[in-house]
Amino acid sequence: MPIVKFILSRTWIWSWVAAAGAFMMVMALTQGRGASELAYAALSFGAFAAIVGLGQMLVITLGPGNVDLSIPATMTLAGTLALKTMGSDPNTAILGFTVAIGVGILAGMMNFALIYLLRLPPIIATLAASLIFQSIAIWSNRGLRIKPPEGLADFATGRTFGLPNVALVGLGLSILVWIVLERTVFGRWLLAAGQNLRAARLAGIPVEFVRATTYITVAVFASIAGFFLSSFSGGAALNMGQEYLLTSIAVVVIGGTSIAGGMSNVPGVWGASLFMFLVVSMLNSYGLGAGVRMMLTGTIIIGIVIAASTRRTRA
Amino acid sequence: MQSAFQNGTPIVALNHAEKHFGAVRALDGVSLSIAPGECIGLVGHNGAGKSTLVNLINGGLAPTGGSVTFPASGESRALSAGVRSVFQELSLCPNLSVAENLRISHSDLKGAGWRKKARAEIIQSLDAVFPDHGIGADTSVDRLTIAERQMVEIAIGFAPRGRDARLVILDEPTSSLDAGIAQQLLAHIRQFCADGGAVIFISHMMGEIFDVASNIIVMKDGKIVANKPTSQFSRASLVEAMGHVGVKNSKAAVRRQASDFGEEVLKSKDGLTARRGEIIGLAGLAGHGQAEALARLYFSNTSSWRMGKASNMVFVAGDRGRDGVLPLWSILRNMTVSILPQTARRGLVDRDAEKRTAADWKTRIGIRTDDVDNPILSLSGGNQQKVLFARALASHASIIIMDDPMRGVDVGTKQDVYDMIQTEAATGRTFLWYSTETEEVCQCDRVFVFRDGKISAELTGDDITEDRILEASFEMQEASA
Repeated sequence: MPIVKFILSRTWIWSWVAAAGAFMMVMALTQGRGASELAYAALSFGAFAAIVGLGQMLVITLGPGNVDLSIPATMTLAGTLALKTMGSDPNTAILGFTVAIGVGILAGMMNFALIYLLRLPPIIATLAASLIFQSIAIWSNRGLRIKPPEGLADFATGRTFGLPNVALVGLGLSILVWIVLERTVFGRWLLAAGQNLRAARLAGIPVEFVRATTYITVAVFASIAGFFLSSFSGGAALNMGQEYLLTSIAVVVIGGTSIAGGMSNVPGVWGASLFMFLVVSMLNSYGLGAGVRMMLTGTIIIGIVIAASTRRTRA
Repeated sequence: MQSAFQNGTPIVALNHAEKHFGAVRALDGVSLSIAPGECIGLVGHNGAGKSTLVNLINGGLAPTGGSVTFPASGESRALSAGVRSVFQELSLCPNLSVAENLRISHSDLKGAGWRKKARAEIIQSLDAVFPDHGIGADTSVDRLTIAERQMVEIAIGFAPRGRDARLVILDEPTSSLDAGIAQQLLAHIRQFCADGGAVIFISHMMGEIFDVASNIIVMKDGKIVANKPTSQFSRASLVEAMGHVGVKNSKAAVRRQASDFGEEVLKSKDGLTARRGEIIGLAGLAGHGQAEALARLYFSNTSSWRMGKASNMVFVAGDRGRDGVLPLWSILRNMTVSILPQTARRGLVDRDAEKRTAADWKTRIGIRTDDVDNPILSLSGGNQQKVLFARALASHASIIIMDDPMRGVDVGTKQDVYDMIQTEAATGRTFLWYSTETEEVCQCDRVFVFRDGKISAELTGDDITEDRILEASFEMQEASA
């Protein structure tokens, strides 16, 4: 059975199995009603987790200690500034998107400047930067909730070929990341730097360029997610990124990417993103309260991480 | 003195011991007994089965067939029978102090004040093996040089640790030590055996084997092909028994003159200079700043931000785990990581060109594997080193820096690499080569001897001899003594 062996040897398969399991649990309760609605919702909401997760995955691949904790603040800032620039005027979507990307690039440069110039550990640097990003967002927002332009809102909530548009955006970005990691020189450099930074530098790899590019990429991905999330939910809110702090890291780990660096897993991030949404829906549909729900979500994540790590050490 | 113990009960006895890894017979029916007072020199190619044999004796692996027993002590476990191992790949915890590292293998040290006992024990052991070592028991290991780490590891091997060591296995113990320190170790081994201990000494340095071993065991393809007293071997017969085609005399080549080289291509702040096509040696006692000088030179001539199509300098690491190997990757990816931009189109890796390069260098440098897609860690240390050589030589770089790259490499491979270096130098490439083995440095066109982090002498032509190098390494210390 070479096909079975091939499939079982892929670490991403487990996050997809878990997602399918959660889906079945919901279906068991509803006796199969609403299957396509649930799948559609999972793809829509999972897409945002997948987009920030892809960025976080690249940073975590850089090796121990590398993580971006400013993702929620960057999402909020990008969504807020983009919506403010567009001011609900029609045909400003491209302008707004450009602003969001610009915010991402600047936020990423800021993060890496703190890491590189002040030699701060990435955890501290990105946490400190996120306070600044959040403050700018609060200052520029001033409590106003600006609606996205109608066309953009329609796109963010709409579908093409039966699939949510945001999921298609996420899919496009996933393919891009996969190509970069598997086929490009830059991807090799990133994976090498994550295994052993000193050895990579001595092999002639421009490691600081690789790190800078990666920290900018994660911020740009967070900005894209923030831009579409605020268009999707009818405006930017100051706490809109909050839940993505834990989610972005959890989907990377559950998806089978090595927390020790040097090994990425793109399909796993998608499986884990769907799983994270479906677990919450499952607990909701079983009528559990918010407190119990959060506790169970935490327990399930810890369980999966333990299962995944013991499986990998045996392999 | 030794004969008094020769007839004693063996410390360890192997009876038709076998070890298979899947289809691979790493050890193929070995019978052997080691009595108190014996010092066994164990030699063989990379991959001949030396490490497997050692791991059967020290209990790291269980035999697939046959038996391993410890008659002298009657114990069934290697540890309680007093068997100790000192490995070539350094296994100390870098974040702990010297004394704390002793505690790891000495579980009887516990309760209040164990640190004090550990300090006393490790210093006593260091003093016994390496007089005037200058290592503090509270120094954390990551602040020690690689030679000092090896000294600590050896001292832990010989330390009492609750019960006396009966058999100490030393795997390439002198690979990072300079000649003076190595002599101290050999003297200690002789004393240890005279007092009734036994030693298995694995080394690629023939001189040391002949110097210290009472018996020599030659391994080849998982079998013992010779087991005789040292006096019945000559250098030539030993090399022949190992299965080499006979080491070519590298001195046959006429020493090249200054006029054979091109213009000066390198001049560092330390005073290192190199001309096109020249092989520059860096010598001196281990840990006197040679490796640091090379790393500084490499870092200041390459960028962390840019990598052009043709980087003009490459680095061959000697400390493979720290500086060279990318452990998650295949042999192929490890080999081609530095040369990707040379063939890439629009940033995409040219995977066909990559495969061709890897296949080409696999044969040229003789990497022992069926498939270059196997993980790099499936190779023995010497073969991993070949991959790192291939990584550097396959590039277009004109200057190649080598930081003691021959650690743990067998004699046959060394000769191949020497020849390759000569050939490449003839095409105009420049080599900077730091080595702890004087024999290697003597093959260079010009030699800088380091002492206390500075260049103490520059030798050229016929001045490059072992004597002159040693003189320059020690001169001041003797004058001030």
